[in-house]
Amino acid sequence: MDETVAEYIRRTVLKMPRDEIKTMLQKWGFLSEAQLQTLNFHQIKDNISQEVVQLCEENSADIKQAAALDIIYNHIYQNKRMWSVYQMKKSGEELEYFDITDFKKKFKRRLRSALKNVTITFKEYEDNAIWIRVAWGTPYKKPNQYKPSYVVYHSQTPYVFISASVLKSNLPLLCQALIVASNYHDIREMELRSHSLNSLKDIVFKRYSQNFQTYTPKPLQGGNVEPENADTRIVQENRSEKERIHKLNQEVFGSGPQPKLEFAQYRLETMFKSDPKLDVLDKKEPFRCLVKFSSPHLLESLKSLAPAGMADAPLSPLLTCIPHKARNYFKIREKKGLYPESFVNP
Amino acid sequence: HLATSLPLPSERDHLRPRIDLVVFMIDIKSKYSLKNVETSLAYVDASFFLGKVCFLVTGVGRVNACSIEMNAICKLGETYCSPVLFCELELEGIRVATAQRLVRMLGICAGHIPGVSALSFVSLMRMSDDD
Repeated sequence: MDETVAEYIRRTVLKMPRDEIKTMLQKWGFLSEAQLQTLNFHQIKDNISQEVVQLCEENSADIKQAAALDIIYNHIYQNKRMWSVYQMKKSGEELEYFDITDFKKKFKRRLRSALKNVTITFKEYEDNAIWIRVAWGTPYKKPNQYKPSYVVYHSQTPYVFISASVLKSNLPLLCQALIVASNYHDIREMELRSHSLNSLKDIVFKRYSQNFQTYTPKPLQGGNVEPENADTRIVQENRSEKERIHKLNQEVFGSGPQPKLEFAQYRLETMFKSDPKLDVLDKKEPFRCLVKFSSPHLLESLKSLAPAGMADAPLSPLLTCIPHKARNYFKIREKKGLYPESFVNP
Repeated sequence: HLATSLPLPSERDHLRPRIDLVVFMIDIKSKYSLKNVETSLAYVDASFFLGKVCFLVTGVGRVNACSIEMNAICKLGETYCSPVLFCELELEGIRVATAQRLVRMLGICAGHIPGVSALSFVSLMRMSDDD
């Protein structure tokens, strides 16, 4: 077995938490159940990984199997990576039957024709997700297995989720291979990024609970605004205001859990508006400013701002449009015309 | 009675008992909360400031999340001649102790403790200033 493969397998096993090594190796299926029984999972990870490498040696593992193990790890720990969303466009309306073998063949052929030294691995999951792992090399060097790119493609949708490696120069090639393999003609990066792959899927597949506008002339009386507050000795003076905020929040955010995003970034290229007498910034240039909101769960915290009394309801549409517009990176420019208000760059 | 700001909604005037103590809660992590308290103070009748108002500053346990300066809070207490209490709501022990203090103060303000009235708070504060 190749030294580099052995080392790669060893390092992959070391990344796994000790109690999960066994299940991951079972999912991998490369080592037999009998072989797994011989492993002692109660020793330190260093020793466990050495034993695993030895067993792999017995089975003559090659880089293909090692890459498959890596996909398994990254599928379970997908939230450790940062994912970007790409949308593909078809030229016509032809509904073509998706053939997975054809897809894989075309993808590999396209990539390999441009770059000989790549390791390409596929794995399909039950939710129609196709995971692709690509390790990149150069015409002169073997692929770097430690910095692969991951692609998740749901064949019935035009969306691709990419966790690129640090080597961004390979991205155009990857995108090209994707559109060729999936019979689309164009691909563009959406301004949507997050660690939570499932949340990104929720947003673009519109799987989160959206609120559909229904006309309610008056707030429903006796609504359970705060079900936890069962103590009748506490009187809420601002009940009607609380109910208004709650209703507005429901309208904007819906009543279900929000997709998990970690930040929203607004790049402002607007004019600085100040008292003309102060004469700040003589040059009428846009005032460049970057505003970034970060949170372990941005949308849930935005949803709790008004009920917590930290912001007025309704919130700015720039914040609330994030899931509907499927973006968390915005460029705000001046609107040219009669009304000097800012508008969001599409 | 809990309110997010003053003035209190007038539609509930008839449902409200006599007010003996007003506690203004300031979250030390939120400048907005201090601003809200400052604007609400304008709606309090002057007679309340004879011992029937107190400031409760919460969130003091999280030292690195403070957004409000101590100076601003102390100045607020001095300007309005009212005591300032500090507490951390996330710790049950402190929460309970603070609640007990407030209930004790409320008892005095409501006139339940013979020999002590709300004015005592004012004179107590004056004395510490002279030190």
